[in-house]
Amino acid sequence: MIKLFSLKQQKKDGESSPRSNNQKKATAAQLRITKDINELNLPKTCNTEFPDADDLLSFKLIICPDEGFYRTGRFVFSFKVGPNYPHEPPKVKCETQVYHPNIDQQGNVCLNILREDWKPVLTINSIVYGLQYLFLEPNPEDPLNKEAAEVLTSNRRLFEQNVQKAMRGGYVGGTYFDRCLK
Amino acid sequence: MSEHQGVSQKRWGHLRKVLERPGPFSHPDFEPSSEILDFIMTTCKLLVIGAGGLGCELLKDLALMGFKQIHVIDMDTIELSNLNRQFLFRQEDIGSSKAEVAASFINRKVKGCQVTPHFCKIQDYDETFYRQFHLVVCGLDSIVARRWINGMLISLLNYEDGTLDQTSIIPMIDGGTEGFKGHARVILPGVSACIDCTLDLYPPQITYPLCTIANTPRLPEHCIEYVKIIQWPKENPWGSLIDGDDPQHILWIYEKSLERSTQFNIVGVTYRLVQGVVKNIIPAVASTNAVIAAMCATEVFKLATSCCVPLNNYLVFNDVDGIYTYTFEAEKKENCLACSQIPQTLLIQDPEQMKLKNLLDVFCESAAYQMKNPGLTTYINGKNKTLYISTIKNIEEKTRENLTKTLLELGLQDGSEIMVADLTSPNVLSVRLKFASKNVDT
Ligand SMILES: [Zn+2]
Repeated sequence: MIKLFSLKQQKKDGESSPRSNNQKKATAAQLRITKDINELNLPKTCNTEFPDADDLLSFKLIICPDEGFYRTGRFVFSFKVGPNYPHEPPKVKCETQVYHPNIDQQGNVCLNILREDWKPVLTINSIVYGLQYLFLEPNPEDPLNKEAAEVLTSNRRLFEQNVQKAMRGGYVGGTYFDRCLK
Repeated sequence: MSEHQGVSQKRWGHLRKVLERPGPFSHPDFEPSSEILDFIMTTCKLLVIGAGGLGCELLKDLALMGFKQIHVIDMDTIELSNLNRQFLFRQEDIGSSKAEVAASFINRKVKGCQVTPHFCKIQDYDETFYRQFHLVVCGLDSIVARRWINGMLISLLNYEDGTLDQTSIIPMIDGGTEGFKGHARVILPGVSACIDCTLDLYPPQITYPLCTIANTPRLPEHCIEYVKIIQWPKENPWGSLIDGDDPQHILWIYEKSLERSTQFNIVGVTYRLVQGVVKNIIPAVASTNAVIAAMCATEVFKLATSCCVPLNNYLVFNDVDGIYTYTFEAEKKENCLACSQIPQTLLIQDPEQMKLKNLLDVFCESAAYQMKNPGLTTYINGKNKTLYISTIKNIEEKTRENLTKTLLELGLQDGSEIMVADLTSPNVLSVRLKFASKNVDT
């Protein structure tokens, strides 16, 4: 253990400083997101869009599944990374209306690593893969849209037709969906 | 020394016993002297962050210990619910600044003590402000604020040829409490584990699976979360975000949560619980604050005087059931994003000619770096700027034009810091540009 104030009487004053060129330092959250973004390894069905290239904390992910119920659709998610990243997960919302058991009409997404199972070792890439998987394997066990989940469990053909109907734009049950074919 | 000799001879007798003679628990290098007390009283400058439950205790402890130059910073105002434990505040102080009221209380009661209040956010001040202190003590309840001040103290470190200049270290003593649990820790920025090194130790906020909240609620908290996350954005009764301090908002959430809990036969939704869940309040226990603050103040004293070996370096305390304490050495993380980066200096021979693509070549080709896909960002006028990232198509397109600009055209200056992310390192490397001056020094 070092003995700290052998400099006991030394008086520190604000005025003299080795480097005070008013440089702001990047926060740990900022550094970490820079690292995450630089190392994003997107599957070929995914794409990102940064409205402002200088702001890595806010961007969109576009998923165009090439297999499963949702092939030919185009789904947009917004990511907002907070100052406490990676201690807290980013806030992710689905901006496209989608008929999906794990996504509701307000764009809330039920994906465990976005909430209760988030850990600081996870990255943006982990979330991208998690979201992509939701489109390949919608999970009726953890529904946010209960009707869709029930249809998926009881009648897969009807579920597939409903997904198609929603993606082309139109009503499924009482809910209207905007067209989201790519 | 002369001024406080007479009266204080007695008043500080107990400190003299510790500081003017060696003892069995003295630091091995401790040299007893009468100058140490003088240092505490005249020179040593402390910053207390937070004037809440812990802050009130800390200010009282430090002032009575003899520290005279204390600054306190807090952005909050006093609320009725603070008065049971934040004992520097009275009924008539409700609505006033915590920092200001606490400072004037101490200054009134402790003769000779000069507490300077700062009624603002810690983020409102820059390096010049923080550099003036010998030690920083935190009584905070927010991880974001802890990480911010931690990052600030790290940025004040001075490295010369990769060696840390020890006089640039400002120790941080961090206290925290949650109900009957608490911790006290000593951080020597750049030397021992920092806040970011040990982020895993902070329990994440309690979060419930969204689908449970939506479909199979079992706890009163599930019902409240449902209203907060799903029902509020849908119905948006006031066309705004939830304001935890607005009684109307809380009442609305309370009523809706109660409806939902009745629907699912769940008992236990109360107005107070709603307030707690919405504002994320953990009940505060006065005695825990007192214990943790006393520990922190003792560590401040040990570090300021070098009279005793400081805590190494993390103590957890729990008085739920009897008293339990445990001390361990939190380890510095080798790839900590906050404290492991020693800024490197890169000499730029011709800043007027050098283009960003030349700089990229340096990172990829020079033997010292040998990077694969460096992504470069910097800060210009306090704002983050992405210089170039090749891996993301959309950013690459937007930053490609930077490649052919010179460093000067990009707004980079002598001393600018560039963050470099690359596959080859778990860290983001921080590189400080040093522009060679064209003319010989005048
Ligand atoms: Zn660290």
